[in-house]
Amino acid sequence: MKRLIAGAALALLGLTGPIQADEYPDRPIMMMVSYGAGGATDFQARIVTMTAANEDALGAPIAIINKPGAGGRVGWNWFATQADPDGYTLAVYNAPHFIAQAIKGGVSYDTDSFEPIANWGADPAVFVVGADSPFNSMADAMAYAKENPGKLTVSGAGLFVGHHIAALQIDKASGTKMAYIPTAGGGAAAMKAVIAGEVMAGINNLSDAYRAQQAGNVKILAVADLERHAFLPDVPTMREEGLDVDASSVNFRGVMVPKGTPPEVIDKLSETVTQMFASEEVAQKMSAGGAPIHVMNREEVARMWAERQQTLKELLAGL
Amino acid sequence: MEFIYYFGDVFTPLSFMLLLGGTIGGLILGATPGLSPTMAVALLIPFTFQLEAVQGLILLGAAYTSTVAGGAVSAILLKIPGAPANIATTLDGHAMAKKGQGARALQLSFLSSAVGGVLGVLLLIFLTPLLATWALAFGPSHLFWLAILGVTVIGTLDSASVVKGLLSGCIGLWLATIGFDDVMGAQRFIFHPSLGGGINIIAALIGLFAIPQVLTMFAKGRHDNGAEVIEVQRHSVFAAMRELTTRVRALSIGTTIGAVIGLIPGVGGQIAGLVAYDQTKKFSSEKEKFGTGHSEGVIAAEAANNAMVGPSLVPLLTLSIPGSPTAAVLLGGLLIHGIFPGSDLFDNHPDVAWTFINSMLIGQILMCVFGLYVAGLAARVAQVPQSVMAAIVLALSVFGAYSVQGSMGDVYIMACLGIGMYFLERFGFSAAPLVLGLILGPIAESNFVQGGMIADATVGRASYFLTGGLNMLLISVVLASIAYSAWMELRHRRYTTKEEAYA
Repeated sequence: MKRLIAGAALALLGLTGPIQADEYPDRPIMMMVSYGAGGATDFQARIVTMTAANEDALGAPIAIINKPGAGGRVGWNWFATQADPDGYTLAVYNAPHFIAQAIKGGVSYDTDSFEPIANWGADPAVFVVGADSPFNSMADAMAYAKENPGKLTVSGAGLFVGHHIAALQIDKASGTKMAYIPTAGGGAAAMKAVIAGEVMAGINNLSDAYRAQQAGNVKILAVADLERHAFLPDVPTMREEGLDVDASSVNFRGVMVPKGTPPEVIDKLSETVTQMFASEEVAQKMSAGGAPIHVMNREEVARMWAERQQTLKELLAGL
Repeated sequence: MEFIYYFGDVFTPLSFMLLLGGTIGGLILGATPGLSPTMAVALLIPFTFQLEAVQGLILLGAAYTSTVAGGAVSAILLKIPGAPANIATTLDGHAMAKKGQGARALQLSFLSSAVGGVLGVLLLIFLTPLLATWALAFGPSHLFWLAILGVTVIGTLDSASVVKGLLSGCIGLWLATIGFDDVMGAQRFIFHPSLGGGINIIAALIGLFAIPQVLTMFAKGRHDNGAEVIEVQRHSVFAAMRELTTRVRALSIGTTIGAVIGLIPGVGGQIAGLVAYDQTKKFSSEKEKFGTGHSEGVIAAEAANNAMVGPSLVPLLTLSIPGSPTAAVLLGGLLIHGIFPGSDLFDNHPDVAWTFINSMLIGQILMCVFGLYVAGLAARVAQVPQSVMAAIVLALSVFGAYSVQGSMGDVYIMACLGIGMYFLERFGFSAAPLVLGLILGPIAESNFVQGGMIADATVGRASYFLTGGLNMLLISVVLASIAYSAWMELRHRRYTTKEEAYA
């Protein structure tokens, strides 16, 4: 029934005959975002696809459809089971979220259900404390956690998202145990908990934490990435602070298509979309909005997915 | 007083055109079932790409204010609340429209929206620093008690009996558990893939309110088609203004509750209207008239949901935290122009900040003027024959439920809930307590779980949830509310038994 309706909708859009790579795309493309309108992923997806209709890009506009719910599971379930693999239905992935969810189970997708196209952004997790917190470095926070096992409350956007993974890695690297508090309202609610002093610390997106720091509400103690970030040149990485935390928790955002999409469509998409993401116009709008950009092509994304699958499997094995 | 300095910017030709366009467009979008204020603002964001920051925000600010008020149109005339904010408006507003007083209901709703809205924005202008600390004061334990306070209202809200009200509230609470739970990610009652994301509140609203009404209209058949054409009474705007001045109590309770509750991140906007409605009913001398088309109900609900607009932006503008989904969309609109809300906004871009706030102030008044203009025309909807009306409402319901997330799953959910509600209504249950349960369930649950986790790591559950000034205050209000309901129920029973005895 659902396929029938979806099919009818597509027919309305004017789909006729099999797709030829040279004429693809001949109508507007739909891109599914599995988070709500106005969130960071939705906001960035709209910026990076704004030039899609240009002649030197795809030549067809990309329309964003939001299917939020259950931390992204609703949208990705829909994409894996019901989206047509014809190149006219794209989706945004948030790694490591969907990979971690697939490992934990209860969803109808894993990394093999999708084909990566290109990556546009990388938002590392950062460790934040309130502006008036006694902690001024990761060493302070870890010392407290060692003296009071399980008592250092740390907020994050949910379970099995980048923030949670960063918290698990910090626990593992420092040999302590923090009390990770997942919030129902996503990153914004987790940040509010830090600013209001409901929790002692938080793990949040670099882009949101950067804004909160600019507003004078939080201190950022460390970045969970391999290198320091251009927005925050004075903030050390976790490794510099003596914690062996790699880039596994970095929130990568990019575009993918369902498995079974014709190879020539994938080739065309991965070539043009990667160029589109790297354009000057996109970079300018993204950096104005405080959204960190990181363009990767199809092969690089595929490698990143495989690496995450490996590390997350080990990390989540005991949970 | 800085904001007066920037008033001129609102009245430059392009800005004012955008303000007008945003207001009229917002009214139309708001009146369309399924298009919540959040979605309306999100739809407009791409248009602001081409505009300057100030102009873009004028458009968004005007659209936000007028979509909230526009939701009253479909709530009153079609009994389809466009967003949770309009549920309480439906209760008395639609009853008034059925009596042919649609024009009066709409006029009152736009006038009280404007009064509440202007006061809300003035609060935003003058008391922002104070309000910001208030918004931060609510932690998980307080939000939990606030949700419980909402639950205590369930029994008395729009129901023949307290027991039936509580029962339908429980059904709502159960429906709220469906889907992946927000905090732990556990799967509950997912019998069908479209339930994975839980029950979407807007789809549920449409189903619970509009569908039973459609079924009733169909069930009546064609026989009494002509007999039931409602005579739509004309109603002058001045009469509505005069009436508003005699309903100061409803207006002030609505405005105060809307402004105070609207401020609380993540909770306020959804329940402000219902709580205001319930409180006005408790303080009113004509309690028994509520639910039968009493103007106080409409005034309180609409004053509350527009009074919430200004304060709901406080956490965004001062702390850079979006407190509601609509605020999150507005944040996107600011970021696209490279403007970070927070102290940076007022220090470095005062023109943007104040013009945006001013545009909401003027937008409230424009919204009221246009609203009053169309009220008389729109009310004629009631003259449409029932069989045609049923078809229109059904089509709008399906369209509305589908457009929330572009998903047929939501349409199925809407249809199922609607058919279920049709039968429940026959047994004297009503939709409002059910919806309140559906809204409050997740708030109470996630804050209890989250607060419990914090408490386990720190001071322990008992002292986390039961000590502290704000907790104590909320708990005592909860107890007072329960005691009040119990007392009213007992008194009511004594009276009825007496009457029966006399008879």
